[in-house]
Amino acid sequence: MSLILNQIRKAYVTPTGAEQVILDIPAFSLDQGEQVALVGTSGSGKTTLLNVAAGITTPDSGTVTVGGVEITRMLEPVRDRFRSERIGYVFQTFNLLGAFTALENVLLGMSFSSQPANRHLAIELLGRVGLGDRLHYRPSQLSVGQQQRVSVARALAKTPRLLLADEPTANVDGPNQQAILELMQTTCRENNVTLLLVTHTSEVASQFSRVERLANFNQAATSTSTPYSMGVN
Amino acid sequence: MSIFQIAWKSLSQRSLASFLTGLSVALGVMLMVAVMILYGVIASTFQQSSIGYDLVVGPKGSPLQLVLSSIYRVSPPIENLPFRFYKDLQKDPRVEQAIPIALGDTTEEGSFPIVGTVPEYFSIPFANNREFAVRGTFLRKPFDAVIGAKVAATNGWKEGSQFRMIHGGADTGHVHDEKFTVVGILAPTGTPNDRSVFVNLDGFYQIQGHDKPFDEAIKREREFYGLAPLDPEVLAEEVRKLEKRYGGHDHHNHAPGEEHFHDVPMIQKEVTAILVTTKTLMAAGLMEGEFKKGFKAQATNPIRPMNQLLTDILGNIRVLLMVLTGLIIVVSGVGIFVSIYSSLQERRREIAIMRALGARRETIFGIIITESLLLCLGGGVAGLILGHLLVLAAAPVVTARTGILINGFAFQAMEWLLLPALAILGVIVGYIPAVSAYRTDVASNLNPS
Repeated sequence: MSLILNQIRKAYVTPTGAEQVILDIPAFSLDQGEQVALVGTSGSGKTTLLNVAAGITTPDSGTVTVGGVEITRMLEPVRDRFRSERIGYVFQTFNLLGAFTALENVLLGMSFSSQPANRHLAIELLGRVGLGDRLHYRPSQLSVGQQQRVSVARALAKTPRLLLADEPTANVDGPNQQAILELMQTTCRENNVTLLLVTHTSEVASQFSRVERLANFNQAATSTSTPYSMGVN
Repeated sequence: MSIFQIAWKSLSQRSLASFLTGLSVALGVMLMVAVMILYGVIASTFQQSSIGYDLVVGPKGSPLQLVLSSIYRVSPPIENLPFRFYKDLQKDPRVEQAIPIALGDTTEEGSFPIVGTVPEYFSIPFANNREFAVRGTFLRKPFDAVIGAKVAATNGWKEGSQFRMIHGGADTGHVHDEKFTVVGILAPTGTPNDRSVFVNLDGFYQIQGHDKPFDEAIKREREFYGLAPLDPEVLAEEVRKLEKRYGGHDHHNHAPGEEHFHDVPMIQKEVTAILVTTKTLMAAGLMEGEFKKGFKAQATNPIRPMNQLLTDILGNIRVLLMVLTGLIIVVSGVGIFVSIYSSLQERRREIAIMRALGARRETIFGIIITESLLLCLGGGVAGLILGHLLVLAAAPVVTARTGILINGFAFQAMEWLLLPALAILGVIVGYIPAVSAYRTDVASNLNPS
């Protein structure tokens, strides 16, 4: 499923009343099945871009087209349903629900689509992220890295066509970082899922054939630093 | 996961607050259920125990007092009727059975009301299709007595026990010498019969003071029938004739407590009330109307004044209690509102996560409403159970004190309305928090503050 951002502009009003433009993107796109690493400094608008791409945040102007469907023109309930069925999202802060076990958190990710939650798939995915023996643990009983792995499993569980990941390996140690990355990349490759992954780690970015620096296409980006030296396609 | 499961999880996360708010609803419902059951029992008790008779006939006065004294034995009798009046009524072709009762005395022990009556009293069902059952025998001989279950339990009387009665209630302090013997103990009826002592009317008239002196009896009877008083000479002549005919009788010739029997002239006998069953319901209505026109006596359907009492007085008390318990439930509802609304502030992120995962605003709204419904209905169901358990626990105490049989499992029709009412309350108190949750902005609440 392709992702096309066209003439996207998003601004916030600061407490002083001034308008601060976060995103000003003339054009940005991913082809179906493409895997892209997005790098940028803190505060450069990476998370806002993912939120706009997911239809969580509505841009002030411009269009977002996912799989040929312009989601910015959709009514909110339709967009919510579209997101629940087509878009997976791995949050930077995991965003697991404390009252739910690891398995229930994954099942919850499947619960808002029209398809019934697939318990078997949820258990399988948790096993693949190394949490097969932690199915019934609550987030507070899991380490930070384990929580992030649950978050990844939750995003993959609803078999999305577009996977958005906001620094999914930021809180995970080396071996697990690699395992999570491989799981996402392999799953996306096998299922022809488009992957847009935000990272600030060169080790992670280097494993993508296409790496985009937000400052290069976001005219509102204020970042002057370039933490990575890598080839950008 | 369903909305129900998600809502249940959210409540479980705040288990103490959820439990306490649910409990407050449960306690309110428990009190309301207890009020409903107890009122239902009281209402059915008053109606049941009088349903065996179509009419109660007594002297002119308050119909309620007549029914309270003759059926429920909780009020002093109005006055007496001549025995002749009872005999005349018995001959009325519309009357199926006329049962005379004479009241006013109590037992020396326990102060239970004495009911002088005829053996046929026990042939009429004490309530709808419920016949009297007795251990021993019903009344046969003049000094036989049949006692209610509560009398037997309280006084420890058995078949063969003997007792004396206090004239005109315990206040006078005069204890009759004559003794009655218990020949039968009634099975519990859940009616005032349980705390009554029935003595044979023949024996009742044998007691000193229960047969009026001839001159007084003549005066009372003429007064009752609206006849002019007799001249003193004529009255004296009448008395002389009666004394000659019946030979006079002096109770003081007998040893105290000695059982003796003599025929009492009709003019000396009086009854307090007459319990009547008629051949048709229409006949009862007609007779009631006829008595209204006359000046001698009144006839009343025993259910009507009790219904009036239940509606006018007890009904108002019931409404008051229902309003109070209803307010408790409403206050509990406010507690639910406060609990859910205050929890929303810390749940904004949780809601935003669900929205980001694809939950529609309506789904979030539904989750919050479901939480409110779970608290209201869960508390309501718990309250229903607790209410019945409360009545079950209180039943033995109430029965021991009042003789009223209480069925803790009795389900009142109004209880069916409780759960729908609580569901409406749940929607009302959950609405504002649900709208607030509905409006939660996703992007600004996704990241921890």
